[in-house]
Amino acid sequence: MSDPSKEWPLWEVFVRGKGGLSHRHAGSVHAVDAKMALEHARDTYTRRMEGVSLWVLPSAQIVASDPGDAGPLFEPAEDKVYRHPTFYKIPDGITHI
Amino acid sequence: MYTTDMSGNKKAEVVAEDPEELAAFEARVANDEFIEPKDWMPEAYRKTLVRQMSQHAHSEIVGMLPEGNWISRAPNLRRKAILLAKVQDEGGHGLYLYAAAETLGTSRDEMTEALLSGKAKYSTIFNYPTLTWADIGAIGWLVDGAAIMNQVPLQRTSYGPYARAMVRICKEESFHQRQGYEIMMHLAVGTPEQKRMAQDALNRWWWPSLMMFGPPDEKSPNTAQSMRWRIKRDTNDELRQKFVDITVPQAEAIGLTVPDDKLKWNEERGAYDFGEVDWEEFAAVVRGEGPVAKERLQARQKAWDDGAWVREAARVHAEKRANAKVAAE
Repeated sequence: MSDPSKEWPLWEVFVRGKGGLSHRHAGSVHAVDAKMALEHARDTYTRRMEGVSLWVLPSAQIVASDPGDAGPLFEPAEDKVYRHPTFYKIPDGITHI
Repeated sequence: MYTTDMSGNKKAEVVAEDPEELAAFEARVANDEFIEPKDWMPEAYRKTLVRQMSQHAHSEIVGMLPEGNWISRAPNLRRKAILLAKVQDEGGHGLYLYAAAETLGTSRDEMTEALLSGKAKYSTIFNYPTLTWADIGAIGWLVDGAAIMNQVPLQRTSYGPYARAMVRICKEESFHQRQGYEIMMHLAVGTPEQKRMAQDALNRWWWPSLMMFGPPDEKSPNTAQSMRWRIKRDTNDELRQKFVDITVPQAEAIGLTVPDDKLKWNEERGAYDFGEVDWEEFAAVVRGEGPVAKERLQARQKAWDDGAWVREAARVHAEKRANAKVAAE
């Protein structure tokens, strides 16, 4: 049987598509350390010039919000439409605003 | 490449679950929402996905073997570089899919063990041998072509990580199909011997390619459930028909003949009628009686065993260095 303590840890991979863009999650790789994680990320996720920069971090280090809390966390924004510019009616003649 | 939904012979068992949560889940899926790893999901959905995704991943990995067989014998440097890139892609596809499947709580090693013990299946197509260079053309054109047909709808499959892996895979798969067709195209206008070789490869790969879509709809009891859960988006027979309709003109265009004497354009249906797939052969290959099934698994087992000391050494070395760093601080 497989022994989980002997499996190489999991790392999350983030790729910057090109200069000026932020890093974006691409997938994950198994690796024993950060250096190997970068090498595996490069081979697995950037075979076609998909990136100019990579981030890897141990999956166990990611802190995520609980999907069950999505309501209390995100719904309060729903009734605050006045945070969007389209909420305000400006007469046609007024420009540059 | 692609896996066939081969375990379609037994129904997924139903476990008692909170009816409220189940209803909410079903509603989300019916509404074409994506399910993410930490979301609540029925056990049968999780199981079906792990099975389908890991089989798909295994197929990519085992799929490297028949083509890898020809890397050292590719006819020129261009073909060799292309084949190397393609085989590397297949490895990559396997890794995207394993990573996506791991988000469901099954570890990579568990999946590998299931493959090596024969518990998990992979696509039957890879249990056929690659006898000539033309087989590499036929695999790219037909096998990857069938795979694309199967995979394109999976980009909208309900499980987010699976769908995202499929988007990436589909982007890369098109190169595979085109390079295969190009090989066939060149052989078809080559010497009579080369043309015969291309036709022979088409003859041998045509029917196994049609089998890649899985058993006929009436013998695929899981299809209804999987479609309801948006794990599958089209039935086996629909996709098979689509593949035949698209591929036959491609064969004709390069002067090759599809090996099916029942093949005939049906004006009324606006589709090709075609002969019956040999489901006995399919069943036999699923049972592990494919011509090179044993060799394939032996090759995987050998790779796993030969790599054991590397995996262990790398792990221990990293551990040692991490400890030394802690000690130095």
